[in-house]
Amino acid sequence: MTTLSELRAKFIAGTYTPTQAVDAALQTIKQQDEGINAFLDVYQDATKEAQHATTQYAKEGASAPKLLGMPIAVKNNILVKGKKATGASKILENYTAVYDATIVQRLKEAGAIIVGATNMDEFAMGGSTENSAFGVTKNPHDTTRVPGGSSGGSAAAVAMNAVPAAIGTDTGGSVRQPAAFCGLVGFKPTYGAVSRYGLMAMGSSLDQAGPLTNSVADAELLHEVMAGVDEMDATTIDTDTYPKVPLKETYTFGVPRDFLRAGVDPDVLEAFETHIKSLQMAGHSVVDIELPLFEKGLAAYYIVMPAEVSSNLARYDGIRYGRTAEGKNLLDVYEQSRADGFGAEVKRRILLGTHVLSSGYYDAYYGKAQLVRKQMRAELAERFKTVDVILTPTAPTPAFKIGEQTDPLAMYSQDIFTVPVNLTGVPAISFPMGTVKRDDKMLPVGVQYIAPHGGDARLFDLGKKIYDERR
Amino acid sequence: MNKDDITHLASLARIRLEDAELEQFETELPAIVDYVSAVNSIADEKDTEPSPGMRPNIFREDAVTNTPNQYSEDIITQMPHSSGRFLSVKKILNIED
Repeated sequence: MTTLSELRAKFIAGTYTPTQAVDAALQTIKQQDEGINAFLDVYQDATKEAQHATTQYAKEGASAPKLLGMPIAVKNNILVKGKKATGASKILENYTAVYDATIVQRLKEAGAIIVGATNMDEFAMGGSTENSAFGVTKNPHDTTRVPGGSSGGSAAAVAMNAVPAAIGTDTGGSVRQPAAFCGLVGFKPTYGAVSRYGLMAMGSSLDQAGPLTNSVADAELLHEVMAGVDEMDATTIDTDTYPKVPLKETYTFGVPRDFLRAGVDPDVLEAFETHIKSLQMAGHSVVDIELPLFEKGLAAYYIVMPAEVSSNLARYDGIRYGRTAEGKNLLDVYEQSRADGFGAEVKRRILLGTHVLSSGYYDAYYGKAQLVRKQMRAELAERFKTVDVILTPTAPTPAFKIGEQTDPLAMYSQDIFTVPVNLTGVPAISFPMGTVKRDDKMLPVGVQYIAPHGGDARLFDLGKKIYDERR
Repeated sequence: MNKDDITHLASLARIRLEDAELEQFETELPAIVDYVSAVNSIADEKDTEPSPGMRPNIFREDAVTNTPNQYSEDIITQMPHSSGRFLSVKKILNIED
């Protein structure tokens, strides 16, 4: 479980080089990925970049760019110029990115070496990576189980030790839940902290990119490189957009007890209680809070998200790029291209979104959902007057078996603790809080810390004290 | 929500559905719609204040920022059907059927 900071120290000292690190990454992928399927594409040209980085460290030492020579994997809904960007969808199976996403450009400028693209649920829709058009990714902790999703390939790539860090996207928990299932740190920034330019849009008012890493310090490092105002994304925020969220010696945590009664696995709950005790031992205080609207967030999410999906995915029409079908007229080409190109979950959400936006239903669904969303935000702001951080398990269960969840609604309930965070736009981090035993295997489970808008640094501060120091 | 409703939605969304898919969505979609209808009882109707966090439109200078043809080649090569520098599509007028 190498961290970026450990690699950095070795690179500077010259005891280990970027060439060795990238070779090791490519070797691990070659030897192990057939059984895991974390990667959709591996970039052999990374070797050459690594050699340059090795030379640069020899010259510059500690003054080299802070991510120089670090092998990193990127989810395949993030554009890397000249590389295939499929979104794990058949409709884009031969699409090549024309430009770098802003976050990719910033990672490259900081010296990171992108070694490959990771698997995911098609267009980031799912919580298990089973919805990929290119086969399921397996959880390295137990290959009969899912790695979570939708950034399951990114999580598995780090958990199988192919790379020390990977980038994912989080619309309703898609970085945090796979991080929890694979024993990693996963971070979802304040909405707008990170540019969405060059990310395949899913739910534009919810999407944020975030890191999956072995330590909170690494997540902070990657986030700082990726974050910041971008003129290509008008929703990016500045450091002074929200009031300053101060760091403290000890914090007050709020636990929404009623919320936890909803179908949380008893072993997950036990690990959560143990985590609460460890916080109290460390001098923090933990109080019960009520978040009645948060409990209902899932219903609002499954209106807002499909609505935005149905509109965002209208661009995949088989005309300008991507897979196309033959047809007798233009309409026929659209309908058949989309029939052949999209998987079942994507079609399900497009139809649902089309329904909630259609005339006569718009006010009853989308209008109401936006109202709920606003009221959730107010409820949250009220709670943050008395607590510093809100605490929940990241997911209600540990990683489930591949093929186990067949009912879409049951699958959606995986997101119960994560979606309110995206709906309200606040930042949240997930890191391991212990393990639970299933079929004689120890499966990691994660805890989620939620901070007020702009409180990203508070989550890193706490995570470093509580998780990194014990790692 | 019945089969006709779903067929109509699919046609609005420009997706051709196979019979098997239609049958599957006919059982799944009403359950999901039923679930999300809960927002009707949650939303506080008396609330008419505008949403917080709404941001005004952000404009940039109306000026060309790319160099001419910077991306043309890369974009044209991705077109499924093209003719020289043009994208070709099926005829949209005078459709016989």
